[in-house]
Amino acid sequence: MSEPTISELKEQIRKYELQLEQEKLKNMKQREKITKMSAEVVDSNPYSRLMALKRMGIVENYENIRNFTVAVVGVGGVGSVTAEMLTRCGIGKLILFDYDKVELANMNRLFYQPHQAGLSKVEAAKLTLQHINPDVEIEAYNYNITTVDNFDHFMNVLSTRSLSNGPIELTLCCVDNFEARMAVNRACNELNLNWFESGVSENAVSGHIQFIKPGETSCFECAPPLIVASNIDEKTLKRDGVCAASLPTTMGIVAGFLVQNALKYLLNFGQVTKYLGYNALLDYFPTMSLKPNETCSDPFCVKRQQEFKLREEQRLREQVDVVEEEKVEEVLHPDNEFQIELCDEGEDLPDLTKNDKNKNTGVKHAFPASVENQANEHDASNEANEMSSIPLEDLMSKLKNL
Amino acid sequence: MVDEVTKKTLASIPLLKTKAGPREKAEWPDRLKEEYCALIKYVENNKQADNDWFRLESNSDGTKWWGKCWYIHELIKYEFNVEFDIPVAYPTTPPEIALPELDGKTAKMYRGGRICMTDHFKPLWARNVGKFGIAHAMALGLGPWLAVEIPDLISKGIITKNENVGASGSA
Repeated sequence: MSEPTISELKEQIRKYELQLEQEKLKNMKQREKITKMSAEVVDSNPYSRLMALKRMGIVENYENIRNFTVAVVGVGGVGSVTAEMLTRCGIGKLILFDYDKVELANMNRLFYQPHQAGLSKVEAAKLTLQHINPDVEIEAYNYNITTVDNFDHFMNVLSTRSLSNGPIELTLCCVDNFEARMAVNRACNELNLNWFESGVSENAVSGHIQFIKPGETSCFECAPPLIVASNIDEKTLKRDGVCAASLPTTMGIVAGFLVQNALKYLLNFGQVTKYLGYNALLDYFPTMSLKPNETCSDPFCVKRQQEFKLREEQRLREQVDVVEEEKVEEVLHPDNEFQIELCDEGEDLPDLTKNDKNKNTGVKHAFPASVENQANEHDASNEANEMSSIPLEDLMSKLKNL
Repeated sequence: MVDEVTKKTLASIPLLKTKAGPREKAEWPDRLKEEYCALIKYVENNKQADNDWFRLESNSDGTKWWGKCWYIHELIKYEFNVEFDIPVAYPTTPPEIALPELDGKTAKMYRGGRICMTDHFKPLWARNVGKFGIAHAMALGLGPWLAVEIPDLISKGIITKNENVGASGSA
């Protein structure tokens, strides 16, 4: 019995491999940490080209990037490249989550190298990233965020592990499955944290990023992917491993979009996209803005929507106070026969929800909306009713002893 | 997608009423009871129909489940350990049922031996969020998977009787 099992030996080997990797990196020449980002243009300054963004008038305060903490959930084809980009940009702190291992089957994508096969993705990524930029603080968590125990820990990390021990600034979701996206969505709705969802299709020729501000823009659960299904086959929310195709190109492009918008958001330049799609076959890049669903099945999303509504009302009231003092224009056309509404450029379009929400071509419900669902629930079979008075322990032993 | 026999099986499994996951502390105990009731009913039905094919049990808060499932092919019984966690977004997202012993033996599987249910089961689950539970996941997710995959794995010689006995015996 005292002989180690295969899995124990495997674990042991894994540890040695990790140590070996660390030793190898130690022997490589590594630069010293830099305490202050400098704009000085010399060959030895890793930040000179980034700081030049200030001189070009793009970013006001690039050094601020060192104050921010970003979580990357899923460090696969998109997430690993995302993490590398942020590391090279000199982000303050990166928190990585993944429970997968590096495999040779991943080598068609960027970042990981064949000698890292067998290592956990977060461990391998941490080593590489620290070597690229020792100024970045990196935390790695090797677990599945969708299980109950890990999820609590995950939420705790997101809400307390920023550089000032508060909630982190941004979460980038780079996972490859529905369950994990839903878990990130639930966590961010509950904690009221902004995040980006990203994805690459199973056939590797399209992808998207979506900015989710709880209550303000559609959350991941507001529009379950199965609803938007006619031109594209959305049965394709499949995971890696079951013959999903992947291309380093599409994944690199999506990671680029993701980090570009993360930088714009964090450093406050340009316009942060709400949704950006990429269709590689047609070189088509749709963008749109998605409003949250009032009947979203996540109660925290609904709560955030109410909070946002109150904030917006307050904001508009303050705006009106200012405007009221100016002269009010006379209404020229009291009867508006054709229901024409005017809106300012950049403002949201008139509310179309009073009509069919799914009028856009190619979009239809694949199953009833959640409200209808709830209505039907009362008709559901009550066969189990008589058993509900039995204590849980009795039910447990009954099932066990069948 | 769903054949007549499955429809009949499905109709005899009670639907669940409480739409709650393990993080909804107040309602989860009710949901868990309903899960147990539905599972008991389903196993009893299976026994009556001489088609008993799995056993499950859970930890006390019902977040981790494990047990055995078996499949009879040409009069030989192949038995496998089955395990899964209840995900935090349950029941919006279904449990990811895993057969760890078969990990790496078939492409119809994700890491850790979690069976692929994307095509045959996920759309059904999505249409019945809240009403379907673990018993439904077994009946519509794992059941059809075993029926397709196990004969195929046997015919390819990937699982053999002896190996299988060893695998389930050591567990």
